[in-house]
Amino acid sequence: MPQEFRLILKNIDQSGFTNDLACYLRHGGYVALKQALDLQPKSLPDGKVQTGPEQIREEVKASGLRGRGGAGFSAGLKWSFVDRRSGKPIYLICNADESEPGTFKDRQILHKDPHQLIEGMVISCYANDVKLAYIYVRGEFPEGARILKRALEEARANGYLGKNILGSGFDLDIFIHRGAGAYICGEETGLIESLEGKRAYPRIKPPYFPAILGLYMCPTIVNNVETLCHVRHVITMGASAYAKLGTPNNTGTRIVSLSGHVKRPGYYEIEVGKVTLGELIHAPNFGGGLREGRSLKAIIPGGSSSKIFRAGEIFKLKRKGADGLVTNVDVDLLDIPYDFDSLQAAGSMSGSSAIIVMDDSTDMVKALANLSEFYAHESCGQCTPCREGSLWMSKALHRMTHGGARKQDADYLHKTATNIQGRTICAFGEACAWPVISFVNKFRDEFEARGVEDEVRAASQTGGGVPPI
Amino acid sequence: MSDPREFSSAVQPMVNPLASSPQFHVSAELEAEVQELISHYPEKRSAVLMVLHEVQERFGFISQESVMWISGKLDLQPINVLELVTFYPMFRQQPVGKYQVKICRTLSCALGGAYELHEHVCNRLGLDAHAHGIQTSKDKMFSVEFVECLASCGTAPAMMVNEDFQEGVTTQNADLMIHECRKKGN
Ligand SMILES: Cc1cc2nc3c(=O)[nH]c(=O)nc-3n(C[C@H](O)[C@H](O)[C@H](O)COP(=O)(O)O)c2cc1C
Ligand code: SF4
Ligand code: FES
Repeated sequence: MPQEFRLILKNIDQSGFTNDLACYLRHGGYVALKQALDLQPKSLPDGKVQTGPEQIREEVKASGLRGRGGAGFSAGLKWSFVDRRSGKPIYLICNADESEPGTFKDRQILHKDPHQLIEGMVISCYANDVKLAYIYVRGEFPEGARILKRALEEARANGYLGKNILGSGFDLDIFIHRGAGAYICGEETGLIESLEGKRAYPRIKPPYFPAILGLYMCPTIVNNVETLCHVRHVITMGASAYAKLGTPNNTGTRIVSLSGHVKRPGYYEIEVGKVTLGELIHAPNFGGGLREGRSLKAIIPGGSSSKIFRAGEIFKLKRKGADGLVTNVDVDLLDIPYDFDSLQAAGSMSGSSAIIVMDDSTDMVKALANLSEFYAHESCGQCTPCREGSLWMSKALHRMTHGGARKQDADYLHKTATNIQGRTICAFGEACAWPVISFVNKFRDEFEARGVEDEVRAASQTGGGVPPI
Repeated sequence: MSDPREFSSAVQPMVNPLASSPQFHVSAELEAEVQELISHYPEKRSAVLMVLHEVQERFGFISQESVMWISGKLDLQPINVLELVTFYPMFRQQPVGKYQVKICRTLSCALGGAYELHEHVCNRLGLDAHAHGIQTSKDKMFSVEFVECLASCGTAPAMMVNEDFQEGVTTQNADLMIHECRKKGN
């Protein structure tokens, strides 16, 4: 039976583990930081000398660590893009905005093990010559912000933060910045604008790549909470041992948020790619299956912005056989390994690793109407396709769920969504289009049946004609 | 055009969306907190969201007077503060009830019964569950608002009462919450 593998969540929810510094130290806390600060310059075969921070950056790259915030981009590669010659300060921001519907993993870390995040951040800042960093916490986490603030004060008072950290000569301060209820603050350039005290209007790339022109137009690193925690483990384990966790190109562990129609919703940490979607939903130590008498209808695999799967779908995925040859094999939806690459190959993504399960009692038109209302509410409004399109789709879906559906609505929704993606400043355009495109593609029968039903009823009531919009 | 004043007299004055709070008074403690927050950033303007939170925590909403005060403190134009109050959903432009109830309406919670919960709470408090935006009870004790995902989707439906998170909320839990708040309230 597949098992959880608790690396980040190792101490979380264990009896006797509390979120204060003394307890963290008893559980091996800040050992990784000492190790990182103690790294001595190393001579390379080519005669060059590699500093401690450079060695950490190399380790993170070699570990294969990919971002846990949504895009799954290599953390080491992201760090390597930072402009280190500009002479400007380099900033690091921890993205703790956690607002992708379905996701509730970062909150566990902030509330229950804040020092793990702080340790990961201090190491990451040391590695990147950062002297000032922020944790951007979503506004709806007032308790989380308080816990973090106390943890930062403890760390400062005990020499893990502030001036001359652990006698190394390295100075760093970290402050908390709270958002105020806008989803778009999770998008890294919107987050940066918000930190500058403005509306969270995402910036256009190019030229505003955070690694070059980020906070105050200085080079900036934005990483998710979970990503930064992993850095601590890359240091203690060493890159090669860390990379043995998970599967090739999908290394380490990942916290999966499981919600919707399963018996045991919750957060589960797994080795990436070692557990399948079906196991996450059905195994007794994970989701525990669906409610009595219900069958699986659909899965949203990576947060509300990822494309939905329909139960029973078969995908062609590449598999490496025992003889080392790669062949295309048919894989059932439930047999897809939960990792970055397989979900992408199946046409969706692991996104924020939030699985939303829907059983056969779910009305797909209503479910999409719910999500579209979210996106219509959260569009920042800068780009016309996103601002108008998200609202059109939400209005059409509202009408469809209130007795006024028409046969052509499925096409209308699909066309509107298709016209948004790729035509906007930020990836929110895709985030609001993908659910619509995939729901309509995978459940077109249901959308069209709704239209037929309402048209027939309207015709019988009015003596013909299409109901007014 | 001869006299520019002729033209400007045709322009309607802009309506300020914020309520007024003539009794707005800044304590020494708030003053000190704001100075501390400003010191966290290389640029003063960055402190504005944090300052807005501090002000809202103490006064319940962001008034016209507080916008003027904040903009003065941070060397900003009032519009630079006002545009944040209208952009970020958590900042309130009007006074609200003593207990602010936020119920998550997004998909996982909707699948877990959030709409039924919301309707139940609204009915209990004599509010219209289908009206748009935040609703406040007549006695000003409760405000109810449907909000987006609160990052507690595994324990749906999720709800916040002021700063308290409540998970897996049943209608009985909600009734109990209302009862407890009423008991504390007066
Ligand atoms: C609309 C939108 C919302 C996002 N929300 C979040 C979020 O809440 N938390 C997060 O960590 N990343 C979020 N991201 C991804 C960030 O832009 C960014 O890629 C991420 O924080 C980088 O961290 P990582 O490389 O460690 O994953 C969002 C992206 C978009 C386009
Ligand atoms: S895509 Fe949408 S959210 Fe992103 S910048 Fe444009 S309008 Fe704003
Ligand atoms: S959907 Fe309600 S907390 Fe996430």
